Amino acid sequence: MWEYTDKVRDHFFNPHNVGEIENPDGIGEVGSLACGDALRLTFKLDKDGRIKDARFKTFGCASAIATSSVLTELIKGKTLDEAAKVTNKDIADYLGGLPEQKMHCSVMGREALEAAIENYRSGGTRKHQLEGKVVCTCFGVTEKEIERVIRENDLTTVEDVTNYCKAGGGCGGCRGEIEKIIEKIQSDKIKEAPTAEPRRAGKLTNIQKIQLIKETINEQIRPALRAHGGNIELIDVEGDKVIVAFRGMCAQCKLAEFTMKDVVEAKLREFVSRDLFVEEDKESAQQPHNHLE
Amino acid sequence: MKTIYFDNNATTKVDERVLEEMRPLFCELYGNPSSMHTFGGQIGRRIGQARERVAALLGCEPNEIIFTSGGTESDNTAIVGALAAVPNRRKVITTRVEHPAVLAVCRELESHGYTVIELNVDKQGRLNMAELEEQLDDDTALVTIMYANNETGVIFPIEKIAELVTGRGITFHTDAVQAVGKIPLNLKSSSIDMLSISGHKLHGPKGVGVLFVRKGTRLSPFMLGGHQEAGKRAGTENVPGIVGLGKACELALTSIDQENKKVKYLRDKLEKAILKKCPDCRLNGDKENRLPNTTNISFEYIEGEAILLMLDQYGICASSGSACTSGSLEPSHVLRAMGVPFTAAHGSIRFSLSRYNTEEEVDYAIEKIPPIINRLRELSPFVAK
Repeated sequence: MWEYTDKVRDHFFNPHNVGEIENPDGIGEVGSLACGDALRLTFKLDKDGRIKDARFKTFGCASAIATSSVLTELIKGKTLDEAAKVTNKDIADYLGGLPEQKMHCSVMGREALEAAIENYRSGGTRKHQLEGKVVCTCFGVTEKEIERVIRENDLTTVEDVTNYCKAGGGCGGCRGEIEKIIEKIQSDKIKEAPTAEPRRAGKLTNIQKIQLIKETINEQIRPALRAHGGNIELIDVEGDKVIVAFRGMCAQCKLAEFTMKDVVEAKLREFVSRDLFVEEDKESAQQPHNHLE
Repeated sequence: MKTIYFDNNATTKVDERVLEEMRPLFCELYGNPSSMHTFGGQIGRRIGQARERVAALLGCEPNEIIFTSGGTESDNTAIVGALAAVPNRRKVITTRVEHPAVLAVCRELESHGYTVIELNVDKQGRLNMAELEEQLDDDTALVTIMYANNETGVIFPIEKIAELVTGRGITFHTDAVQAVGKIPLNLKSSSIDMLSISGHKLHGPKGVGVLFVRKGTRLSPFMLGGHQEAGKRAGTENVPGIVGLGKACELALTSIDQENKKVKYLRDKLEKAILKKCPDCRLNGDKENRLPNTTNISFEYIEGEAILLMLDQYGICASSGSACTSGSLEPSHVLRAMGVPFTAAHGSIRFSLSRYNTEEEVDYAIEKIPPIINRLRELSPFVAK
């Protein structure tokens, strides 16, 4: 059960400004049925260019409905320039906070507002569209959007980013990339601090090394391969030679060599030791275990 | 406000008679059954009686019953223990719709080099026996398939599956947490090797479960550190829990037929009324082969958590397969495996009834649900005026 504040509950059970304005000056639509929440925001301006009326329709959970309701309250009476300054944090704060995993609802509100303003400024022609590189393909989240939620909310972990904009919450294949974006932004913030060396262990015993290789494969490599229908098994470690076998789609993948060199070796060198190199266990590669359709 | 509890697949009310049976075991008969003195030793008889009661419900021998801390431990023990007993076999077969207590364990095994096959289900949530048969080979150590699905109530043809699997010399385990107490079982005439039960799903207490292990099945112990349960499950027995579970099984045995007529009638009434009164609804799961107490209905274009909160206003308790209720961002893995479209999966609600529900409660829910659905649809951008 979620711990919602009384304000969230109130705006959910008695939402303000539900509906759709006929012939609106601006309309913003974000989200989709597949994503689990969606918001359509419409507004009308008065003769001084202030938002006279704002209405919403939302598909989503209680906090999605409550944040939409608050959004319309917050922007009424504002000029578009003033409204554009409303952040997801303003929306969440107005509600007395949201559960961490629900912060993406407040971000959806802010996105819908931006889309509606953009729609107005383009004379009603432009609809919200993804800008720039899409990092999370499950939820269609762009690099730009991820950077923005990290900056505006001072996020430091992939989990935070998922809570705020859903990126990384599907197959998990983009979690490595999100981590890099966080690193980039957080290290931009403290320019004078030394650039982040990848965390690599010092001198390792054989047992520690094998343990660390296993951990790296489990945490860094397997999730990415699984997302593409593959899998990896650690067969053996001989000195700096790491012997692995690929399963599932990876076993028959034409790019197997590329995947192995590019992903596995790079990750192991990053997290365990620079001296490691990877070899594929040919014997087991000939018996593909295709466990996915 | 009265609570209308339609979430019995999550947990159930402890039967008063179960509680009465447990009560003396806290402050009066609190001895340790492993002790040498009479005070402790006499407790062993209580456990023995509970074992007989469980065995009577399952139609097996009392010494085939191992008491555990619950369904999750039973599942973990069965899977890990069975694999440890046949270290040269490296393949496990399960389904995409298992409870996480099975699915998460199987996926963890993948990182230890096991090949895990997750069988698909069709749109009604049914298995394809041919697909299973195709996968059985000499490398297969274990097949673990649930008896009845917790989300949809769909019942798999477990007896047939068990026969097929064990006929090939492969160990077969079934998570029967949702089935026991709701449908009659007779393990004597069955080929099931191992079966998991949870106490709190059949009006027993939480924190106690059972793993049935057929005599002769090879299983390495999962919990170490004591001789309890004939060395198969170490740790001082949860005596009140075990005794309570025994009583719950006894009650289930005496009431299973009659209760199911009543519960099924109430479920059907609720289901029919909702499907009739609310437009754009769909029933999830095989209508025929289904638990008598469960219905899983999708309300398109609205989201499950919002529905649950509105139901909660009226004291009506249910569950949802929507993403938002779990904290994950994707809807139920069961509904996705069945190919339920996202439009419907996010708005799915499970109502699961028990013998404590009444017709008045069902009528009350039938009256309250349609306006809730309409209200949320008015908010939805996907519903035209």
